[in-house]
Amino acid sequence: MEPLLELKNICFSYHSMEGETKALTDINFTVEEGDFVAVVGPSGCGKSTILNLISGLLEPGSGSIFINGKPLKQSDINIGYMLQKDHLFEWRTIYRNVILGLEIQNKLNDETKAKVDEMLNTYGLDEFRDARPSQLSGGMRQRAALIRTLALEPALLLLDEPFSALDYQTRLSVADDIGQILKAQKKTALLVTHDISEAISMADHVVVLSSRPAVVKSIVTIDMGIKNRTPMSSRNAPAFKNYFNTIWKELNNHESKDVYHPGSIS
Amino acid sequence: MKAKTCTTQEAYLKKQLSRKYQVRFFRVFLLLAFILLWQCASDFGWIDSFIFSSPVKVIKTFYDMVREHNLFLHIGVTLAETLVSFALTIIFTVVTAVCLWLFPRFAEVMEPYLVVLNSLPKSALAPLLIVWLGANMKTIIIAGMSVAVFGSIISLFQGFQEVSQEKMKLIYTLGGGRYKVLTKVVLPASTPYLLSALKVDIGLCLVGVIIGEFIGARQGLGYLIIYSSQVFKLDWLILSIIILCIIAMILYQGVCLIEKWYYNKK
Repeated sequence: MEPLLELKNICFSYHSMEGETKALTDINFTVEEGDFVAVVGPSGCGKSTILNLISGLLEPGSGSIFINGKPLKQSDINIGYMLQKDHLFEWRTIYRNVILGLEIQNKLNDETKAKVDEMLNTYGLDEFRDARPSQLSGGMRQRAALIRTLALEPALLLLDEPFSALDYQTRLSVADDIGQILKAQKKTALLVTHDISEAISMADHVVVLSSRPAVVKSIVTIDMGIKNRTPMSSRNAPAFKNYFNTIWKELNNHESKDVYHPGSIS
Repeated sequence: MKAKTCTTQEAYLKKQLSRKYQVRFFRVFLLLAFILLWQCASDFGWIDSFIFSSPVKVIKTFYDMVREHNLFLHIGVTLAETLVSFALTIIFTVVTAVCLWLFPRFAEVMEPYLVVLNSLPKSALAPLLIVWLGANMKTIIIAGMSVAVFGSIISLFQGFQEVSQEKMKLIYTLGGGRYKVLTKVVLPASTPYLLSALKVDIGLCLVGVIIGEFIGARQGLGYLIIYSSQVFKLDWLILSIIILCIIAMILYQGVCLIEKWYYNKK
């Protein structure tokens, strides 16, 4: 079977008056249906660029992206995209924020509305449907943003450091929360993050990028060896530390010879 | 303990309230004191009441003019011209700012022209408008618009440009195009800019209308002012200025009410 997403020899550069900045050089990896893949790399290495390319907001300089074997432009699947911040609009209520995507794609009907209602219920936002975003906590806002994305029933979900704007504690619980929601809905997801432990705790495969211009250094498959794995239980699994060390070394092996000290997470 | 926090809260509220009343009292006091001083000054001959008039004379003039010179017609004409030019200014501002936003290159080309038109003293244009368009209401309405419109186009367009790129990106990731970005993000996000521009515009429209009436009208407060200064009826002149003060205040408060209504609706 064709993989859901395939990146082939992707290169990309940003252009400005000061000159050309190479962001990606020859990126190759695939995402199978139902997989949760995380991309880690140093800050500013072009991780987010990959998501912008997949979502079609940017065009690769060379190389191609295939969805189910077809070039990106010809595919008609819905790609959901979660940005770093929730960007809930203060001039809309939570409910009207959540249906924004449906509104834009003219897909607002009884069926989709019922689905949104159900999600609001399931994820504990029902009583806040008429509230303003500023009345919600960071975690709840991120959940509302997730519902907004999921309302369009994306076949592929792109997550661009969606937890980085939250404080550390909220971040752990929201990551756990959203990880479980995505597992339950059997979503295919591609997460971009600079937080190694976040990547390991959530993903089935971790793609490690080098610093700019980014190349794929290695792809690590995560197998915690535990049942009903959640991001939180993964963090406590014995294998977690080993994966952390592997990826840490992978990220740092050309830069410094820093040794990873257990206990100093991320 | 609880009782104590309650009383300090009460004390705080009391303090705030008394401050509010104090401000209100002194506002009224200042007005009454000014009127009283003015009256005394003219009664005791400190000032020449032929040139400086007096509150009692102003009130008498008001009655005379209502009965014999159709004062309310003049007030109505000025008010109507101001409101029409204000309405046209709003429409013209929004349409132009949207065009500038839709065509960024056009906006770049237009920028210096807008700046020049905005800084040009519009009173210089009024004589030209009279020659071109004739001494009629249309000319005066356009004179009113010309004072307000360029500044408000510039500030609304500025507001459009300050809408965050990320929020616009959100619309693209939800599958919307440029039109959806305009209607779902740019316009609602810059409504506060529009409202604050309107607060300035209403006053500027009044200025423009009065300038227009100075040189090309047979009715209106501007006409009354010029006419009375030429025939040296300073009671008329001062009465007209006082009425203008009241009109300016009422119009401004009207716009403030609209603003309040908008924020409450949110």
